Amino acid sequence: MNLSQRRLLINQLFSIVSAGTAIIGLLFLGWIIVTLVMKGTESLSFKVFTTDLVNGGLRNLIWGQFVLSMIATAIAVPLGMLAGIWLQEYGNHTRYAHFIRDLSDVMMSAPSIVIGTFVYAILVVPVEHTNGWAGIVSLAILMLPIVVRTTDDMLGLIPRELREAGVALGIPKYRIILDIIIRAAKVGVMTGLLLAFARIVGETAPLLYTSGTSEFWPEGLTQTYPSLTVSIYNLATMPDAEMVKLAWTGALLLAVFVLTLNIVGRYVVRDRRKK
Amino acid sequence: MEKIFARLSWLSATTLLLVLLATLYVLYIQAKPAMDEFGWQFVLDPRWGVDVVVDEAGNAVDGGHEEASGADSGGVVRLDMGDDEDAIPMEDETATGQPELAEGDLDGEAIDEEIPMEDETATGQDELAGEAQTSSIKVVYGGLVPIVGTVLSTLIAMAFAVPLAMGIAVFLSEISVDWLKTPVGVAIELLAAIPSIIYGMWGLFFFGPMVAHIFGGSSVSLLVAGLVLGVMVIPFMAALSRDAINTTPNVLKESAYAVGATRFEVVKDIIFPYARTGILGSIIISLGRALGETMAVAFVIGGVYKLAEHITDPTISIPVALANNFAESSGLSLASLYYLAFILFVVSFVIIFTAKEFLLRRSKY
Repeated sequence: MNLSQRRLLINQLFSIVSAGTAIIGLLFLGWIIVTLVMKGTESLSFKVFTTDLVNGGLRNLIWGQFVLSMIATAIAVPLGMLAGIWLQEYGNHTRYAHFIRDLSDVMMSAPSIVIGTFVYAILVVPVEHTNGWAGIVSLAILMLPIVVRTTDDMLGLIPRELREAGVALGIPKYRIILDIIIRAAKVGVMTGLLLAFARIVGETAPLLYTSGTSEFWPEGLTQTYPSLTVSIYNLATMPDAEMVKLAWTGALLLAVFVLTLNIVGRYVVRDRRKK
Repeated sequence: MEKIFARLSWLSATTLLLVLLATLYVLYIQAKPAMDEFGWQFVLDPRWGVDVVVDEAGNAVDGGHEEASGADSGGVVRLDMGDDEDAIPMEDETATGQPELAEGDLDGEAIDEEIPMEDETATGQDELAGEAQTSSIKVVYGGLVPIVGTVLSTLIAMAFAVPLAMGIAVFLSEISVDWLKTPVGVAIELLAAIPSIIYGMWGLFFFGPMVAHIFGGSSVSLLVAGLVLGVMVIPFMAALSRDAINTTPNVLKESAYAVGATRFEVVKDIIFPYARTGILGSIIISLGRALGETMAVAFVIGGVYKLAEHITDPTISIPVALANNFAESSGLSLASLYYLAFILFVVSFVIIFTAKEFLLRRSKY
């Protein structure tokens, strides 16, 4: 076998191996999706949406998870966007801004359960029972760096000329930011926020002992709050087969919701790029 | 108004720093009792919640205090660097020295063999345990088991995920035909978004039993946990690596093809060297993710405070220890869990931060 034949053979092998690993990886992931749909639809019925967990439905859990994530978003988004604006418009290129930027990137990969332990110490221990606010705060802490990063990146894409045009008109800086820059970056920022929301909706670990979960319709954020993900964890480890089925249904609903958000987010991005 | 807005946005940016510092501070304060009690040797102690008979309680406890304060004064940073370095040789030794561990009763002897530095305390405790006259009982918590569990499961995950993810990334960017790139790419990105608890459930009900069928052992084990973790990070890692690979300029690739390079040679000699930092970065970020992952592992690792003598044995990792035992803990065990959380937080922080500093300088691009 001469050299060129050997090179071609190696090349062939490489292509096959690479395609093979891709197929193996996709098979695994396909397997997960198939089992999720198969098991999830088993006990999927209208009743799931109309009754609480205590009666064998998921209504309170879905609502609870949604409320927790929404309020967390309402806290994290203004804070995170302001921080992102500062990084890009005011503090850009300063050492402190670089530092904060690195920090927020690092916090994005912080173990979520550790955030849970932190919030447990400051918000659950003083009142001695799990409560909705604690869950909200841990989700907000998780979401904050993602929002910062998104805003920072999206504002960075806005051309300098837009800012200069604003300055030339004599508009104060904060109005330039709010009326021109944010408006120009609106689509990108919205997409990022949607994806950030999708990320925290599926979080379990930080809620385990902050919001806890309950079987009943929530009585208020100062009480233990129902959470879909925590309940999935509890139900899935129960010996009762019906409960496990319910957990799969919850998991399916969660996955569908998260994936829908992702698809919507990514389509928006694609539409924007086409224009 | 202008000033208010600027000040407000600066404050928001500083909030990030404050949250981080507060987290570190609270974890440290909560972990303090355990740090005082066990010192840094916590990370080498394989016992969890074991009653140890103490001969002269006063002496033993005081001695512990002195050592602990000595270690503490050295500084938090040194302590964590220490356990980071220790943890990695540790798992090697447990992997190779498993028979020894199996023979030993997981007590002082095991420590004795592995760490010469621990001689005094280990032998001291042996003596104490050996003597029958007792005056009090002390509960000992050690972090070795969760730490080893975390490190091993992450390593298994990486060993499993890196080749597959690289294969997928190369396939998506170089080998695949064009019409396949978009759907497969989108599928991978969407799979990266699936909540980790779903991977955990799948691992518990389907993957675990299958692995147990093939490799033997139980369906919740270190191996299953590592593999589920691997499957979980594959899409994430593949998507990031693909993006890194796609940054290679076409001109470079075309020049290589023009001088007659095969596709393999282009990938090996052009793309990988060019995208090296990006690919390494994606691996390290995935590693950070796997290290702190709770839900995918909680279902399948077993949650037993016992070193895995065999890879198919159940054990526990730090996040799972936190998830399972946190709510019902109090006093020293709670402090020990906080100690573990602190270690995990600082270690993942250090890993990601180093990766950012050395590999992924965003300002460059």
